[in-house]
Amino acid sequence: MENLKKTCLYDSHVSLGAQMSPFGGFMMPIQYSDIASEHLAVRKSRGMFDVSHMGEIFIAGPDAEAFVNHVFTNDVTKLEAGHIQYGMMLYPEGGVVDDLLVYRMPEPGTWMLVVNASNIAKDYEWICREASGWNIEASDESEKFGQIALQGPDAEKTVSEALGMDLSDQVFYTFKEVSWNGEYVIASRSGYTGEDGFEFYASPEVTRKIWDVLLAAEVKPCGLGCRDTLRFEAGLPLYGHELSENISPLEAGLGMFVKLDKPDFIGKKAVEELKAAGLKRKLAGIELSDRAIPRAGYPVEADGRQIGEVTTGYHSISTDRSVCLAFVESPYSVLGTGVDIRIRKKVFHGTVCRKRFYEKKYKK
Amino acid sequence: MSKIAEGLLYSESHEWVKVDGLIATIGISDFAQKSMGSIVYVDMPEEDDEVVKDEEFGAVESVKAASDLYAPVSGTVVEKNEALDSEPGLLNQDAYGAWIIRVKMSDLSETESLMDAVAYKEFLDKQA
Repeated sequence: MENLKKTCLYDSHVSLGAQMSPFGGFMMPIQYSDIASEHLAVRKSRGMFDVSHMGEIFIAGPDAEAFVNHVFTNDVTKLEAGHIQYGMMLYPEGGVVDDLLVYRMPEPGTWMLVVNASNIAKDYEWICREASGWNIEASDESEKFGQIALQGPDAEKTVSEALGMDLSDQVFYTFKEVSWNGEYVIASRSGYTGEDGFEFYASPEVTRKIWDVLLAAEVKPCGLGCRDTLRFEAGLPLYGHELSENISPLEAGLGMFVKLDKPDFIGKKAVEELKAAGLKRKLAGIELSDRAIPRAGYPVEADGRQIGEVTTGYHSISTDRSVCLAFVESPYSVLGTGVDIRIRKKVFHGTVCRKRFYEKKYKK
Repeated sequence: MSKIAEGLLYSESHEWVKVDGLIATIGISDFAQKSMGSIVYVDMPEEDDEVVKDEEFGAVESVKAASDLYAPVSGTVVEKNEALDSEPGLLNQDAYGAWIIRVKMSDLSETESLMDAVAYKEFLDKQA
């Protein structure tokens, strides 16, 4: 039996009656009531997630900026303190080590990398391996931080009324360090739902306090079940599904986060070569004409053969359509192309559509 | 606590069967619908399809997962509950009212291996 970790909010999840399940090495709440009502709470009002399983790796030192830029696909030299960038770490062969957020901390030469729970150890080892020859210090601070994501159109109001924090001047993908009741909190306007929202990083003890204050303010606790349906509708990738060590960010449609105009970074040559050679497969959105649900691993077919595979699929709660993301051979990724998806013994007709099934509502 | 309807037969994979002559009406138990959560899609065979005892004949799907349906008896599908196409949630509302398919059985003796309400209750208690 795998040795599963518990987040600092585990006891609260159990007392709230959450259905708990392993995810990324942690016992995590999948749902408290049901996925659809939690999903809709976030779309229409607000909801909160325990995302303490996410990892926080800090990089500091004289070479920190150059080093982060070397291991990361986006260009952090353009990032101001208090701002956040999304991007990936790549292997030299061009596959993805992990996708992550990079925070440029106010303290000069200090960076926080927020990584996927399942990849914390792998990422940290990768960073330490690559760090030789650079004048930096890397530390995995994941155990010292809890994290809560408060998401939805009413998130800003809730932050002000329940937590007494004024974050109204923050735009999406920015953050600040705040003192909340005398306690250190990194308050970030960010999230993984396609809605406006905030993520709070704090010590386990302070994380529990924030959670309890939000519970008392009747913010709906939401599980990882709806975190997945929400991110999927917004076309946001999940490592292990739309990204992996065998998938290029170009294939996943994330080329805009790979800055080929910066001097060098790990994986750059492989990305350039793939770009020059042309992509054999691309991630596409597919809408089915039936209510049947295409799920990860189901084959996509056309012209009498398999041309791809579903990576994530749902009957979308916000749009009431059966849709999926799938890697398909490039010629079939053109919008409007007809394809079939094999679901158990039957074949259902689908049409290639945009990967974003729900328009993001970030504060600009 | 899950409801168990009297007068029905049950399989270990939580399908129920109501036998009326050669016709078996098949659904899923209240326990099954509760463990699935909100059901959003039911994949049913078509009329005249053959189903084979203990083999998969369709699926019920929640937001998160698909759960296969196994035929408690063998035979030919004579009817499917088309109301479930537009309202799959009927299975959550009334598991014993919302049947899924009706099958003309090819071997009546297959029902002998199924559990009655009392045995199914014991079976559920043992699992708990």
